[in-house]
Amino acid sequence: MSASVLFDAPGPKARVRNVIYSVVGSLALLALVAWVFLRLSDKGQFDGALWDIFNYAGIRENILDALLSTLKVFALAGVFSLVFAVLLCVARLSDHKPVRWVAVVFIDLFRSIPLLITIFALWVGILGHMTSMWALVLGLTIYNGCVQAEILRAGVNSVPKGQAEAAYALGLRKTQVTASILFPQAVRAMLPSIISQLVVTLKDTSLGFMILYPELLYSARLIGNNTPVNGVYPLVQTVIVFGAIYIALCLALAALANWIERRGRRAKVGIQPAKAEPPVEVTKV
Amino acid sequence: MNVLLDNLALFREGFLGTLSLTAVSAVLALVLGLVIAGFRVSPVPPLRIFGTLWVTVLRNTPLTLLFLVAFFVVPKVLFPGINSFVLAVCACGFYTSAFIAEAIRSGINTVPMGQAEAARAIGMSFTQTMRIVVLPQATRAVVPPLSSLLIALTKNTAIAGAFDNVDLFNIQKTLSNDGYDIAMIFVWITIGYLIITYAINGLFRLLENRLEVAR
Repeated sequence: MSASVLFDAPGPKARVRNVIYSVVGSLALLALVAWVFLRLSDKGQFDGALWDIFNYAGIRENILDALLSTLKVFALAGVFSLVFAVLLCVARLSDHKPVRWVAVVFIDLFRSIPLLITIFALWVGILGHMTSMWALVLGLTIYNGCVQAEILRAGVNSVPKGQAEAAYALGLRKTQVTASILFPQAVRAMLPSIISQLVVTLKDTSLGFMILYPELLYSARLIGNNTPVNGVYPLVQTVIVFGAIYIALCLALAALANWIERRGRRAKVGIQPAKAEPPVEVTKV
Repeated sequence: MNVLLDNLALFREGFLGTLSLTAVSAVLALVLGLVIAGFRVSPVPPLRIFGTLWVTVLRNTPLTLLFLVAFFVVPKVLFPGINSFVLAVCACGFYTSAFIAEAIRSGINTVPMGQAEAARAIGMSFTQTMRIVVLPQATRAVVPPLSSLLIALTKNTAIAGAFDNVDLFNIQKTLSNDGYDIAMIFVWITIGYLIITYAINGLFRLLENRLEVAR
């Protein structure tokens, strides 16, 4: 239901009322912004010099390094979690009861434990010593692998039954049916959900902050707390810069998801059966 | 020595901390989420813009960044000396409200168009249409995603523990300083979280069965 179904085209009275609401709402919002603005300027946060720190090559390199280490963890965790998800999903759909049960228990358990606890437990050394990067990658892999496995399973279940039956009827083995019939269709149906879970993975890399992995947020705190300008710490400025980086990264991924979804819809409508060729004239020799 | 029995009081404090933080921020998130979802479908353009902005910004920011703002920027710049529990509630509540607003909006989309058209045809205003016709029917579709959002909220409160708000995750520091076995500490903390998440899961399953109507 689009929003416009919920209300009539405004008449003269409603138009006046809407204008009043708009003005009052905007004024309230402006008042809030103005109040925050005044508080910030009281604390000297609008001093132009505070923004100057981003002109230093050292700070810029620091941000770039942090961005790269965030992206590195995201890339590793993204790939590993998808591979792990495929394994878990296969185990979850296995014909052997013990295998299935192990997968169910594993998925349920790690989906209900806070990710921070998984990462922290790996880091403080339940499994021996682990660098903060690998603790982060492994934690993200386990948690997101479980979530992605459930997404894949939903995708496999959404494939019409006839597809698998037809494949078995053709004499394909179970591995072949899963690998060449079910999974391609499942991945295609679930691609938007898979990518939005990847956005979650990207956002969760910020938990590396807690285990002292030098990613974006860690660098934000370092810059905010260690470069005072005339006795004022540039906290607001760093939050704005780093928040913008995160939002840009996530929106880029989300846009990719939207584009793929649109493309998938179009392809389904667009595929048409090939037209019959006009009969070839056979010339008699 | 047994970690749980020796430190029952500490565990109780942590458990209640997590529980109260979850409950209060869930209420805040539900109320805000409903209001923002209303904004996003309302006839007044500035409210629609505000709703869209709120959802876009909060959904694409890591919760850890919000906590960083709440615990390091807000007390230093805006409200000196504010309670850490209030800050944690605001961070968790605002973050979750964006997701809840989206869940409610997609719930509104599942209500057949004829319902809203019929409501308009008998002369209902926007608020009446929403309150009497659309939202009660949307509830049924919203309950399942809401349960997973609240479970996610419960898990996210652990981040508040890392920022010195007393909760289940936070007591881990005290206990490991006391020299208890780390693995056992985490087992008990995990069980604490599992109790809360499974309780939410059961509660919502009950609610779902209650709301189920044969159609």
